[in-house]
Amino acid sequence: MTTTTPLAGSGLRPDPAAGDAPAEPRARQQRGRPRVGPALGLGTAVLYLSLIVLIPLAAVVWRSQEHGFGAFWSAIRTPDAWAALELTLVASAIVALVNLVMGTVIAWVLVRDSFPGKGVVDALIDLPFALPTIVAGLVLLALYGPNSPLHIDVAYTRISVGLALLFVTLPFVVRTVQPVLQELDRDMEQAAHSLGAGPWLTFRRIILPNLAPAMVSGAGLAFTRAIAEYGSTNLLTANIPLQTQVAAVSVFARIESDDTTSAAAISTALLLVAFAVLVTLDLVRRWGARRG
Amino acid sequence: MARHALRGAALVYLLFLLVLPLGLVLWRTFGRGLGPVIDALTTPNAVHASAVTLSVAVWAVLANTLFGVGTAILLVRHRWPGKRVLGALIDLPLAVSPVVVGLALILVYGTYAPVGGWLDSHGLQVVFSLPGMVLATIFVSLPLVVRSIVPVLEELGTEQEVAAYTLGSGPWQTFWRITLPGIRGALGYGVVLCLARALGEYGAVAVVSGRLVGQTQTATLFVEERYQNFDTTGAFAVATVLALIAIVILLVTKLFQPKEPT
Repeated sequence: MTTTTPLAGSGLRPDPAAGDAPAEPRARQQRGRPRVGPALGLGTAVLYLSLIVLIPLAAVVWRSQEHGFGAFWSAIRTPDAWAALELTLVASAIVALVNLVMGTVIAWVLVRDSFPGKGVVDALIDLPFALPTIVAGLVLLALYGPNSPLHIDVAYTRISVGLALLFVTLPFVVRTVQPVLQELDRDMEQAAHSLGAGPWLTFRRIILPNLAPAMVSGAGLAFTRAIAEYGSTNLLTANIPLQTQVAAVSVFARIESDDTTSAAAISTALLLVAFAVLVTLDLVRRWGARRG
Repeated sequence: MARHALRGAALVYLLFLLVLPLGLVLWRTFGRGLGPVIDALTTPNAVHASAVTLSVAVWAVLANTLFGVGTAILLVRHRWPGKRVLGALIDLPLAVSPVVVGLALILVYGTYAPVGGWLDSHGLQVVFSLPGMVLATIFVSLPLVVRSIVPVLEELGTEQEVAAYTLGSGPWQTFWRITLPGIRGALGYGVVLCLARALGEYGAVAVVSGRLVGQTQTATLFVEERYQNFDTTGAFAVATVLALIAIVILLVTKLFQPKEPT
């Protein structure tokens, strides 16, 4: 289990056999006492979530729409805001695609290959989740920055945006594809082989269709993570508007200069994109479950 | 042949993206021995930043653990309208950019915002001080404990709990003696994940803290500030400590991880 699981397992399904059914008899067993405990707990939980998450997020959307949709649209269409959003979305899409391929390759190697030190490699995959993003930016800057021992200096360029995002999104596709690959029935592949299919044909017709939902889901999660990233890109891209400034960094700059209205506009645009991706992923997951 | 090509591609990718950068920072940090590292770590600002990080993380983990256990039990063991909506809303923080989290909190709890202004006039400054940083940290790590416990609670079922009830045990006793031991591993896993996220949070805390050196500066903010001021020794030393903590946390989660990832 990794930190992807909280996201991946979002559609919480109550299990009537495990959870709900005995709740009623139990309530009766409690010497006929009214169920104050759960109601109080529920109230507290909703209050906690509202005060910390829901009301503040609603305030961002509210602030962005304060002067109407036209003002919101023109705020995100200013040249530097639009450039930041465009860079963020394009870079995140490219990073998601690279992850789609490399994540699947890594998952494949971790499941089907065997070599000394595989356990260590497997454990390393989760490191970007555990590592603070500012440290991620710093370590990348050490190898690919001005003092690079490899003489590769891509700091403060658009390549560094992609590099930072690749680092922080590494685990997503690996950790969604890996368990599916482990569960995959090898009988089908053997049947394909015995019927004369080559390795490529087997991969394309047997393995890929089975992995596709997990691959798409992982890449989608990597994309939402990438558009939100701030810490590593902030350090690695030096915040040059119209060139290397990603959306989150641009929001930060606007908060610093007290322009909360346009910060809220860009934030709302980011929230909308993330929301759209997550809804699409949920549809993909249902489609995958139906095929399953 | 294809097998070796794939293995090579995967390992080279990980080498250049993960292993070499991290190794280089470790090497540069300890390259001149432990002395300069210890000096950099014991400057008053570094010590203060570590203390701030620790206290913010402890409060946030404590709050999210209480919320997480309570909410997971409500989601799995009870039936009420709107349960699915709450289940979905809990995941929301994972999709929000840390900077947006900071902005959201400023818009509600900032000194010039209605709620923040009211709190401020009653002597509680939220933004640019510790309470705001704790709120920001709670926000970003909110789903981790809930999401670790929910699947285990579902799997456990209610047989033992119902048995405890029929034998006359009250709700609290059942929780402490039956439910809690059952979810112990998952709870540990969730708490450790939450702690990792809390110690490493940067963006949201950068917005709400005001980044006052020696006051609201956390360890991650310290790394950034030292680096921007060309004190690479100080930045690398604290970054290395944070990286080592991350590695330890990673090993601990492997310990708590009960079985194959789902």
